[in-house]
Amino acid sequence: MTNTLRSVAKTAAAASVIALTAGAGAAMAQDSLTLGLQLEPPHMDPTSAAAGAIDQVVYANVFEGLTRFGSDGSVNPGLAKSWDISEDGLTYTFHLVEGAKFHDGTDFEATDVVFTLDRARAEDSVNAQKSLFAGIESVEALDPATVQVTLSAPDGMFLFKMAWGDAVIVAPESIEDITTNPVGTGAFTFGNWVQGDSITLQKNPEYWGEPAMLDSATFKFISDPTAAFAAMMAGDVDVFVAFPAPENLPQFDADPRYNVLIGNTEGETIVAMNNARPPFDNKMVREAVAHAINRQDIIDGAMFGYGTPIGTFFAPHNPDYVDLTEMSAYDPEAAKALLEEAGVELPLSVKMTLPPTSYARRGGEIVAAQLREVGIEAQIENVEWAQWLENTFRNAHDYDLTIISHTEPMDIASLADPDYYTGYDNSAFREVIDQIAVESDPEVRSDLLGQAQTMLAEDYVAGFLFELPLHTVAKTGVEGLWVNMPTQATDLTAVYWDN
Amino acid sequence: MLRFTLTRLLSLCLSLAVASVVIFAAIEVLPGDPASIMLGVNAQPDTLAALRAELGLDQPMAARYLDWIGGLLQGDFGISYTYRTPVVEMIGDRLAVSLPLALFSLALTVVIAFPVGIWAAARRGSVADVAIMGLTQLGVAIPNFWFAMLMVLVFAINLQWFSAGGFAGWDAGLFPALKSLTLPAIALALPQASILARVMRSALLDTLSEDFIRTARAKGLSRREALWRHALRNALIPVLTIIGMQFSFLLAGGIIIENVFYLPGLGRLIFQAISARDLIVVESVVMLLVFAVIVVNFLVELAYAAVDPRLRAR
Repeated sequence: MTNTLRSVAKTAAAASVIALTAGAGAAMAQDSLTLGLQLEPPHMDPTSAAAGAIDQVVYANVFEGLTRFGSDGSVNPGLAKSWDISEDGLTYTFHLVEGAKFHDGTDFEATDVVFTLDRARAEDSVNAQKSLFAGIESVEALDPATVQVTLSAPDGMFLFKMAWGDAVIVAPESIEDITTNPVGTGAFTFGNWVQGDSITLQKNPEYWGEPAMLDSATFKFISDPTAAFAAMMAGDVDVFVAFPAPENLPQFDADPRYNVLIGNTEGETIVAMNNARPPFDNKMVREAVAHAINRQDIIDGAMFGYGTPIGTFFAPHNPDYVDLTEMSAYDPEAAKALLEEAGVELPLSVKMTLPPTSYARRGGEIVAAQLREVGIEAQIENVEWAQWLENTFRNAHDYDLTIISHTEPMDIASLADPDYYTGYDNSAFREVIDQIAVESDPEVRSDLLGQAQTMLAEDYVAGFLFELPLHTVAKTGVEGLWVNMPTQATDLTAVYWDN
Repeated sequence: MLRFTLTRLLSLCLSLAVASVVIFAAIEVLPGDPASIMLGVNAQPDTLAALRAELGLDQPMAARYLDWIGGLLQGDFGISYTYRTPVVEMIGDRLAVSLPLALFSLALTVVIAFPVGIWAAARRGSVADVAIMGLTQLGVAIPNFWFAMLMVLVFAINLQWFSAGGFAGWDAGLFPALKSLTLPAIALALPQASILARVMRSALLDTLSEDFIRTARAKGLSRREALWRHALRNALIPVLTIIGMQFSFLLAGGIIIENVFYLPGLGRLIFQAISARDLIVVESVVMLLVFAVIVVNFLVELAYAAVDPRLRAR
């Protein structure tokens, strides 16, 4: 009896020690957060590189734009608290927030906006999204808190464009060292960068807006999917954004220590077909491919069941999306009939070029098998990203089929260019896109966007597969994370520990 | 000895010169344009041209080679295309992880392989010898990344003694830094130790069957005494060769292990730089590794000469 009592007491003591240490651990963790990301940014300047990894760290945290994206993709006020748009839609007058300072102590003023926009659209600019600024005619500081931007043509998307990471406001005083020491106006200051390992951000105590709830945040760069899983399980990271091993998600989902957040990205994943050369210059052959593809099999096989099917080149969570998946429903018999009608000789031999992303490599195998069923022999050619950009996307467009996710928001307009790698040349589609660019009435815009989506589906420009999902794994108690990824960003301004 | 050293030095310089041309040519012909990767799919042609001019990519290849090699000779490795920082600093940062890791795993390799190899040779044909040979065979056959993952599963996820990866940094102190290198070092060392132990054993057995050992035994030395006093020193030549090769391998070959443990070392730098077509970084790091390999070989040859005076005459 005494023995039992003693062992009970011992167990209780041990348990309380464990509880105490656990409590101490949680208390310590409450104001700092460690996040895992797969890719390390090459440098810290979001205005001179396409690397999404840069925005992933600095967007909304260190740098802010005139406007900013919310998790749902909405465009909200940022460093501009409000704006007036002239009747003709050509002049935007931005009223800037007051009392904002850059992290080096200099004031944020209208001249910084002028500097930023002029730098981005200058002739020697190396901005990766220079086209965002192409419509700007002039930028003028009316007074320290007011900026006037004049456009050469009305642009319904202008406020949206100013929310991109490539349009964040930088200061002439600190531009020299921006690649290694980014100085912005955000709720976090840049702390320390151990190259190849991690980047630490610190809370900005003098932030002009709602202060951050975390004292510090550390981004750790873990590219290997297995290592990412191990880091999460071993407790080395608290959150992993865009978790690269979807096969492990059910395990996290079942574990009460973790939360799995499933959201959307802006990534329309397609089997692109080269519309400019045989055999895919023939609409019937493209339609055959579209019907030969079974989207659900690809989502199950390559994406472990995650991903929303799409029937056109548009994000399904966008309110203007039209569901056209039925037009390219899985129907191998119809595909065979179309190929026969098109008069192509079977088996039809084509080349499928696959970039290194897992959705492309895994999806490619399944697509090839599905095409074989209807008599199309797709030779798979695996290439590196650099090769894909050079040979498939740019220059010669030397490909028949490829699988790729277009992750830029609202990128339907890119298909209007006949020189784009898709080679789709339709003047009626171009006209609709041109109208969308200048239309600011939401209802008319929505109607035009619907027309554009329908044209792409009717012309079977590509095999439309699914919207790329975003999986984030977080320890239980981490709140305020973005669920969706309307732009590549990890907005930490509202993140906190709830325990 | 002086003449020996000088001729070896000359061949070292020649090898380096040839290597630099081969490396530069091989990397420059890789398809893929650095500017195009940095600026992504929406970049406009004029932006690409502006960036190429900024990076000096619009210069002809020969001019870029001379630029690069001239800089190298003065210790200036250039500026990384993507990271926009001096390459020499990046290499320095990464060496602070890769060099200690290589030395750590080499030390482990030697500490494990020597006793095991000698023990097996001394007990040739015994059950222990057979068991050791079997185990080392297994050690050679197991892929180190698989073994690394197994260790992570046991020691990081289940027991939580180590973190699953990452590097604590030398600023955090010697112990935390070494601790974060321990699992990677073991993963790297085990296959190497298996190889080295087998080499050690067979080298010893070869020497043990030589005439001078028979003479030593005839003089009345026991088998064990003959092994320790006479055979070991002579068996060291093949062992040193292997150690030299292993060090080069450990320094350059950590790419996979560095990825499994997400260590910020040279291997991961090369890996990232190749996929980003950061040509200048790739060229400089590969050149540095070639330099290290050639210098290690040179030192090993000097060590042969020290161990075996007959080699100096050659």
